[in-house]
Amino acid sequence: MIAKNVIELRNIVKQYGAVRVVDDVSFELRESEFFALLGPSGCGKTTLLRVMAGFADPSSGQMLLDGQDMVRVPPRRRPLNMMFQSYALFPHMTAEANIRYGLENARLPKEEIARRTAEIMVTTQLTEFARRKPAQLSGGQRQRVALARALVMRPRVLLLDEPLGALDKKLREAMQLELKRLQNELGITFVVVTHDQEEALVMADRIALMRGGRVEQIGPASELYEKPTSRFVADFIGQSNFFEGTASGSQISVDGLGLLHGPNDASVSGAAVLSVRPERIKVNTTPVRSFDNSFAGTVREIAYHGQDEHIHVEFDDWKRPVIARLPAYDETVQQIHEGTRVWLSWNGRDARILAH
Amino acid sequence: MIRRHDWLFMLHLGLTLFFLYGPIVVLVVLSFNELGLATAWGGFSLKWYAALSKNFKIISAAVNTLIVASVTTVIATIIGTMLAMGIERLRKSPLLDALLFAPMVVPDIVLAIGLLSLFTAINLKLGLHSIIMSHVVFNIAFVCAVVRTRLNNFDHSLLEASTDLGASTWTTFRRVTLPIIFPGVFAGALLAFTLSFDEFVIAFFTAGTRQSSTTLPMQIYSMIKFGIKPDINALATIIMGVSFILVFMAQRLNKEALTGR
Repeated sequence: MIAKNVIELRNIVKQYGAVRVVDDVSFELRESEFFALLGPSGCGKTTLLRVMAGFADPSSGQMLLDGQDMVRVPPRRRPLNMMFQSYALFPHMTAEANIRYGLENARLPKEEIARRTAEIMVTTQLTEFARRKPAQLSGGQRQRVALARALVMRPRVLLLDEPLGALDKKLREAMQLELKRLQNELGITFVVVTHDQEEALVMADRIALMRGGRVEQIGPASELYEKPTSRFVADFIGQSNFFEGTASGSQISVDGLGLLHGPNDASVSGAAVLSVRPERIKVNTTPVRSFDNSFAGTVREIAYHGQDEHIHVEFDDWKRPVIARLPAYDETVQQIHEGTRVWLSWNGRDARILAH
Repeated sequence: MIRRHDWLFMLHLGLTLFFLYGPIVVLVVLSFNELGLATAWGGFSLKWYAALSKNFKIISAAVNTLIVASVTTVIATIIGTMLAMGIERLRKSPLLDALLFAPMVVPDIVLAIGLLSLFTAINLKLGLHSIIMSHVVFNIAFVCAVVRTRLNNFDHSLLEASTDLGASTWTTFRRVTLPIIFPGVFAGALLAFTLSFDEFVIAFFTAGTRQSSTTLPMQIYSMIKFGIKPDINALATIIMGVSFILVFMAQRLNKEALTGR
């Protein structure tokens, strides 16, 4: 099934003085997808969101919504709504008045305003807090009011700026699933700006990872994790071990370690880096032969993380630590401690060779 | 903890209260004194209030003052609030801040001379309108300063949120900005009213010579040359009562606005 595009961004540039905060960004948002704009602070993700909302004019480029150019349309006439990082709830209005505000501006009939407000408050479990003012609500409740206030407008696209940033860890995890449920239920396209890669992986169908105003890689969450196209992506999303060297074909020559094997479809040549995820590395206390890559080393540190343990190993000829991740119940874990001789092995197909 | 037998503390408290409220109490008591003397009590009477109601000069001056203070308050509050909102959008500038503070710190006498010279230069007839214009000048600065403190911690994403929810600029001002900064605007208006109400120097310079543009402070000043008459005490008591009610209202309003946050 090919989903329809809701928004198309074409060569969007946003310049402040000589600085290109958003630098030639093009991608499309599909109908009913959960999309994440991910990146470190200052990568331009929030500016891009503000361009979509209409609070920032792009220096150049086009934004099409259902095929219509939006650049000249003021924010209040765009069928998009935004949930602000600070929530931006009106402090002098009750939760209900906050939610109704947009419908009142649209001059809808009274009965429709009342019905839609009541409906969205049920969906977001806010009915019992209708008469409270924002100061009398908890952080999680405020977040839901902000969400309801935007959703009640039935926007084509909901823009969310760091929606979970102000919540504590437990609540954040619950809200990630809650947002996903709401998005599924309402079928509205969500665009979330976040700097938290885990949040993006949990919630988003597709992720655009941004760096220095540009989109570094865009694709389904699993693709960014399993098939990163650059070292930056492999490093930003999840954890990775990197071995710098010179690549040719599916192999890379690393000083001190010799030839390392990558996947057969690797096509990089010249200066490159081999990236392998810690959970792809097997740990043995005796030499093994059945892997493409296997190196002897000494355990320097074991970091306990509850559900799993991170084993820091120093190879005999490679002074930087290599990290392997094992489930805490793995029997190998019981046998090793600091100073143990181990062999780390992984297959070429589980690694990536990336241009450096 | 304050100990009850700490007589030094009690003395300090007593003296402070006496200096703060002594003059006011004396004023109020004298306004009800049958004899109208500061030296002897002749029994409770409202006769000075009756006398006041027959003093047409004072009444017309009081009406003039109310007109000046009310019109000044409305104009200065509107312009001062607009000015504060405009300045908040600009980058911080020490020069601009200094310029805004100038009408507040320039001595009244200097401002008064300047205004009179300006009015003469442009050949403006003096009267209540010239007092109003002059009072607006310095009250804009006061209103602006008060409203700016309220705007200081104003979350500007509220304006974007309002726009995002389809509101026009005017709707946003009416339903979001104004209700939030209202305590500041009201406090500014109250300040402007009070300052205009008892302003003497500038009014004296810019009123012209006719009795029809004499304000209350000017009238009282001219009467006081011949000694304090008890009906002035009655007038002062009324003014104080009204001020107290206004301040009390402002405090309550501010409290409601704060707890609503």
